[in-house]
Amino acid sequence: MYRYDEFDHQFVRQRTAQFRDQAERRMKGELSEDEFRPLRLMNGLYLQLHAYMLRVAVPYGTLSGRQMRQLAMIAERWDRGYGHFTTRQNIQYNWIKLEDTADILSALADVEMHAIQTSGNCIRNVTTDHWAGAAADEIADPRPVGELLRQWSSLHPEFSFLPRKFKIAVTGAPNDRAAVKVHDIGLRLHRNDKGEAGWEVIVGGGLGRTPMIGVTVRDFLPEPELIGYLEAIMRVYNLYGRRDNKYKARIKILVHELGADKFKSEVEAEYARKPQASTEVEERELKRIAAYFAAPQFDKLPRWSAAFEAAKLKNADFARWARNNLGVHKVGGYAIVNISLKPEGGIPGDASAEQMRLMADLAERYGSDELRVSHYQNIVLPHVRKDDVFAVWQALDGAGLAAANHGLVGDIIACPGLDYCALATARAIPIAQSISRAFTDIDRQEEIGPVSINISGCINACGHHHVGNIGILGLDKKGEEFYQITLGGSPSEKASIGTILGPGFAGHEVAGAVGKILDTYLKLRAPSEDFIATYSRLGAKPFKEALYAAA
Amino acid sequence: MPLLKNDTLIADTWIHGGLDDQLPEAGDVIVPFARLLREFDQLSHRPDKLGVAFSNIDRAEALSTFLPRLSLVALPFPAFNDGRAYSLARQLRDFGFRGEIRATGNVLPDQLQFMLQVGFDAFDIGERFPLEAWKRASKQMSLAYQRGLFRRNSEAEVWTERHTDAEPWLEQPHAG
Repeated sequence: MYRYDEFDHQFVRQRTAQFRDQAERRMKGELSEDEFRPLRLMNGLYLQLHAYMLRVAVPYGTLSGRQMRQLAMIAERWDRGYGHFTTRQNIQYNWIKLEDTADILSALADVEMHAIQTSGNCIRNVTTDHWAGAAADEIADPRPVGELLRQWSSLHPEFSFLPRKFKIAVTGAPNDRAAVKVHDIGLRLHRNDKGEAGWEVIVGGGLGRTPMIGVTVRDFLPEPELIGYLEAIMRVYNLYGRRDNKYKARIKILVHELGADKFKSEVEAEYARKPQASTEVEERELKRIAAYFAAPQFDKLPRWSAAFEAAKLKNADFARWARNNLGVHKVGGYAIVNISLKPEGGIPGDASAEQMRLMADLAERYGSDELRVSHYQNIVLPHVRKDDVFAVWQALDGAGLAAANHGLVGDIIACPGLDYCALATARAIPIAQSISRAFTDIDRQEEIGPVSINISGCINACGHHHVGNIGILGLDKKGEEFYQITLGGSPSEKASIGTILGPGFAGHEVAGAVGKILDTYLKLRAPSEDFIATYSRLGAKPFKEALYAAA
Repeated sequence: MPLLKNDTLIADTWIHGGLDDQLPEAGDVIVPFARLLREFDQLSHRPDKLGVAFSNIDRAEALSTFLPRLSLVALPFPAFNDGRAYSLARQLRDFGFRGEIRATGNVLPDQLQFMLQVGFDAFDIGERFPLEAWKRASKQMSLAYQRGLFRRNSEAEVWTERHTDAEPWLEQPHAG
């Protein structure tokens, strides 16, 4: 994985010193809260309902054991002993004091991390496929480009005061695990007949108040042109994106209002005009970065691991977990381990300091010292020998980290909601917990099969409810929380936005409604048809009937 | 109003003409863009320097035919977080404009370095912050990741530092 060189170190140290000065000026009263606000936001520090919240960037979701251990230390020393992994592959601390923040940023800098641009109307942390570098279907590891974009976008003077926040996702695989079609810019790698790499550039996707699937403006952009072309997109957006209404300020609205063709011609005109030498992606720089992402030295192992198979025969719980929580690795004899942060009745994405340390240990001992944060709010050990998987599971099981629900009903995505967030209109965590408790029967979860449930506590959609197979949106109606249910969303390469089913439900009714939807699916599904396929075939009607007819 | 240029405070010697004000016979004048469009012939025959107060909703291309005669373009920040003028400044420099690009409106020390980097070289700064605060703000970060932007002597580009064997950057621009 990427290691800072002296310049990266110096950059982050200076930025930390700069923030320390700003925070001190704020605490002395030399800066008003209004003036301090944009400065702290550019460093990931929000003022939430009960305390400051610090959002730490995990670039393209990749962490080393040492970094994960430092996150644990921060949770213990300056928070309440836990952290919350987010749908943007970051981690948030919810109980931070202003006077501690500079020290925390400094502790992050010690392990080559920062909180730069995890907030504000700028280019946010670049996200990617959490199986990058390990997935069997991958064309190439997208993280070198992720790192290139991280550096290019860090304190970019032209693009730090955009109309609104800006999110870029990158995938190097045809099966899209990075949701590139619902980002401001999505990049998807293709290879042509000559074996050259080129990027499909998708613009104007997004969730929030107005969910949209992005449009492709370039099918195959040569890699050296990537930064120059992105600058052209950013410049068109910076100049012409709406600033009169915060809810219409994302690039998706500009693309929609101009029309995809007109938007594209603006970008192309800007790109054609701009001298490109200064933005050309230099092969040697990309090579320098890519070298850090070289695959670990994989052992030559048989595809079939006797130890792994024997353990499955001996232990039914392990067999179940292995069935649900392992991904196919590109190298024989290895597996991708998905650690579910969704224990029964738990808070999606939360991990305690002890759990973080345990995962760090496992990564160091069994996983080439790598961890990933997924946008499903889980942790991934991307490279584990099948021979070692049982030992990993045992350790996870001992720490309450062996939920066998990866990709199943219990693997719920939820934003912090009204329990923490100043923007929320309803609680999200208790709803996730109630659904989780309604489906404690893991046999039933397995029978239902792959389905995604996403919960957002407000229209800003941090829980990505629009692209949940079952999406749940918490709203406020005259002081009462109620929940709207959408069906049919998907963040994949076949991205789709869910459709609202009908009138909303009270909080205590949501788990029951989800149960009815899934019972209807079980009744109507064709053999080996998963939930989203059945929904695509039948539409909303039978589900609507099941939910509302009886009422 | 004090003007910050090259780390020093200087007096603004330009005459700011409104849309219909009577202009003196001589002296450097700044006029609104609408007036430049309307009276460019007369204005361009004045003996002294000519500048324009541009808006941040007009397109930079609209200025391109006038640029050879212009010595100054003022770009506004109606609010510090309205970032359109950053892109306009960059476009004007890309067009080859070497005159003064002046930041007006809600200009704050914490954004000064960004403005310098995209090609601004003069700042209408008001009276609120002492010169020291501006000087300090202009060199908060000594390293930058982007290439081909405007750098002061106290700043370096990471790329250039990393690849020291590289040819010196040919188009390293210098404002003014």
